[in-house]
Amino acid sequence: MSLAEAETQSRDVHDKTVPSGARPLLTVDHLTMRFGGLVAVNDVSFAAGDAEITAIIGPNGAGKTTLFNCLTGFYKPTVGRLTLDSSGRQHFLERMDDFRISQKAHVGRTFQNIRLFPAMSVLENLMVAQHNALMRASGYSVLGLLGIGGYRKAEREAVDWARYWLEQVDLVDRADDNAGDLPYGAQRRLEIARAMCSRPVLLCLDEPAAGLNPRESAELNALLLYIKEKHQIGLLLIEHDMSVVMEISDHIVVLDYGRKISDGTPAFVRGDPTVIRAYLGEEEDDEIPPEVVADLAPVLAGTKPDPSDGEGR
Amino acid sequence: MTVEASRQAGGTEGTDLVALLKEAGLAALVALGLGISIIGIRTVTIPGGLGLEYRWDWVVIAVVSVFVGRFVLALRRETRSPAKRAEREVVMNRIGATVQRVSKIAGPVLVVIAIALPWMPFSNRYIVDIATLVLMYIMLGWGLNIVVGLAGLLDLGYVAFYAVGAYSYALIAVHFDLSFWLCLPLAGLFAATFGVLLGFPVLRLRGDYLAIVTLGFGEIIRVVLLNWYEFTRGPDGISGIPRPSFFGLPFSRRVQEGEQSFHTFFGLDYSSMHRIMFLYYLILVLALITNFFTMRIRKLPVGRAWEALREDEIACRSLGINPTNTKLTAFAIGAMFGGFAGSFFATRQGFISPESFTFVESAVILAIVVLGGMGSQIGVVIAAVLLIGGTELFRELEQFRMLAFGGAMVLIMVWRPRGLLAHRDPTLRLSAGGQNAGAKGGAS
Ligand SMILES: Nc1ncnc2c1ncn2[C@@H]1O[C@H](COP(=O)(O)OP(=O)(O)OP(=O)(O)O)[C@@H](O)[C@H]1O
Ligand SMILES: [Mg+2]
Repeated sequence: MSLAEAETQSRDVHDKTVPSGARPLLTVDHLTMRFGGLVAVNDVSFAAGDAEITAIIGPNGAGKTTLFNCLTGFYKPTVGRLTLDSSGRQHFLERMDDFRISQKAHVGRTFQNIRLFPAMSVLENLMVAQHNALMRASGYSVLGLLGIGGYRKAEREAVDWARYWLEQVDLVDRADDNAGDLPYGAQRRLEIARAMCSRPVLLCLDEPAAGLNPRESAELNALLLYIKEKHQIGLLLIEHDMSVVMEISDHIVVLDYGRKISDGTPAFVRGDPTVIRAYLGEEEDDEIPPEVVADLAPVLAGTKPDPSDGEGR
Repeated sequence: MTVEASRQAGGTEGTDLVALLKEAGLAALVALGLGISIIGIRTVTIPGGLGLEYRWDWVVIAVVSVFVGRFVLALRRETRSPAKRAEREVVMNRIGATVQRVSKIAGPVLVVIAIALPWMPFSNRYIVDIATLVLMYIMLGWGLNIVVGLAGLLDLGYVAFYAVGAYSYALIAVHFDLSFWLCLPLAGLFAATFGVLLGFPVLRLRGDYLAIVTLGFGEIIRVVLLNWYEFTRGPDGISGIPRPSFFGLPFSRRVQEGEQSFHTFFGLDYSSMHRIMFLYYLILVLALITNFFTMRIRKLPVGRAWEALREDEIACRSLGINPTNTKLTAFAIGAMFGGFAGSFFATRQGFISPESFTFVESAVILAIVVLGGMGSQIGVVIAAVLLIGGTELFRELEQFRMLAFGGAMVLIMVWRPRGLLAHRDPTLRLSAGGQNAGAKGGAS
């Protein structure tokens, strides 16, 4: 028995400890999501640490986006418990409506096929993200309409917060342009800035590097690390680009056909034979089934698969 | 043959006359089918009952013009490059932006013109009456613009709220003898409540489904008004609705002992124009309030959330915006302004019946919003002046009114689907720092 195999056996599929020993922010327990006969997520359990980047990887159709949709309330899981534990409060996400998850549990997300408000300006996109705080400040519009209360001050602060994030994603000079007019890479960055403007404690990013060129991709890495270090929030990251994943994540969870097949530090996952067989395909080429090779080809070639599957209901 | 034709149509060749002719022929066939019964046969009163009159020549004219029109349209579509189309869009967008900029100055100028209108040398009772009507539709257009233009909820039953406002005003005023200024907010409140009640089950639907259900609700309200005789007096309508008073001073010629009316109080000679002018200024103020409200709420978080929901509901949910509540506020506020306009209608007419609240009314209001450019306040003004003022001026051509109306709609849909002046300015700018929300919305 090789060392790698021994290690694999030491972490069972329902193990949900954070490898670094960090405090778990999100705990996923026996999550299953069925669509008719198709089991998109099959009995997955893991934990994501606070102030850590946890990457979710796996071939196309592995159930990564479905997992995100369950976490953010867009799908109601068939089975399972999703616990978010932040500032001493526990939120059971599987019971909450999608908008309450953002409002109360402060889970933010981006989408695999970008979802901005294209006809609104970049700054307005970031203001919409601060809706709930601004609604309270405007006295649910009543005081705001009458022009009394602290709405103007609250709005100024919201603009400052938006400007801060525009600076981080390098979009200050495009603030007054329509979001739909931005180039692709800028739209991806804006979507991250918008999610951050809602002050999340957990940020879920669905393939943020898809379609970016190498320079943009490197900038994205720096941004994600900055968010983690400076704002001390947890990040969940779906990514196909292995160089990104290995470089910035603290913890990797591997899904294949809806099941979790591996879970651990980047070094561990890189050496895990199950992963290698199912996904990375570094050795034993002859044993790899053809569909995996097909999945692998774009990964190795550095191009990303077409992000055309749908989110939402 | 069919297969061949369709293969030809899909071929690489730029234009294919056979396919185009086929398309035009199909349209003409539909026109023929509709035209035979709608245009071709007409009922006329003859001595001793109803008779039929046949107008086959009209049918032929209609079919031929549909054929030619469709053919020209298809030909243009085939031969015109998409680049040209995009170019035109850019030009139109620039025009929209310019109008928006100009309207910042032109808005107040228009308001001044509107205030001065009754005092102009050329103005008479007829002109003030038409202007009042146009302003009513401007107000309705602005109200519906909140729902359709900002929140993106296609409401085909807006007239229901207009009706609820008119009937609540009429019933409260007749039965409880309250003054106009008390009935007006009550009627608005009733209409808003109706908006919430109707909206709650309906707003889960999207797009076409929402449109169909709101259309149904609009008709339900009308049918209820028609059949609940004990309450609404059904088709007989409600008459004797009190006319508005000038803060308690009635506009009546005869004055009762010990009381004053408008002309005696101000020491004027009695003139029936007083009331007409008062109604005109009343609707002007109501419409301006609607506009001011819209401009202001657009810059508040709820207004931005409406527009965001129109753009992408799923993204809104991921940002913690409660879509149902947000849409409901848009629906309720739109309904409230519809209700205000309805009470104005009731007090102006002095008589209302369900006949005034048919689907055509909803369609006209929606057309004003869509033609003008969704979300554009000045667009609504221009469209209302064209549609209402235009049709009023050409009343002799009454027969062709709906035809011209339909034609205009088709043209806009072909030529510029987003409406004439669809242009949107951001509600706040980063560069201008402080000069954003709360800043006064120019009344335009
Ligand atoms: N709403 C849905 N209804 C039915 N099946 C669905 C639905 N959403 C996802 N699926 C299916 O679930 C499986 C997992 O899809 P998912 O989008 O989660 O994959 P993914 O891991 O995100 O893949 P990719 O890398 O291509 O984005 C797929 O087979 C997909 O067809
Ligand atoms: Mg996906």
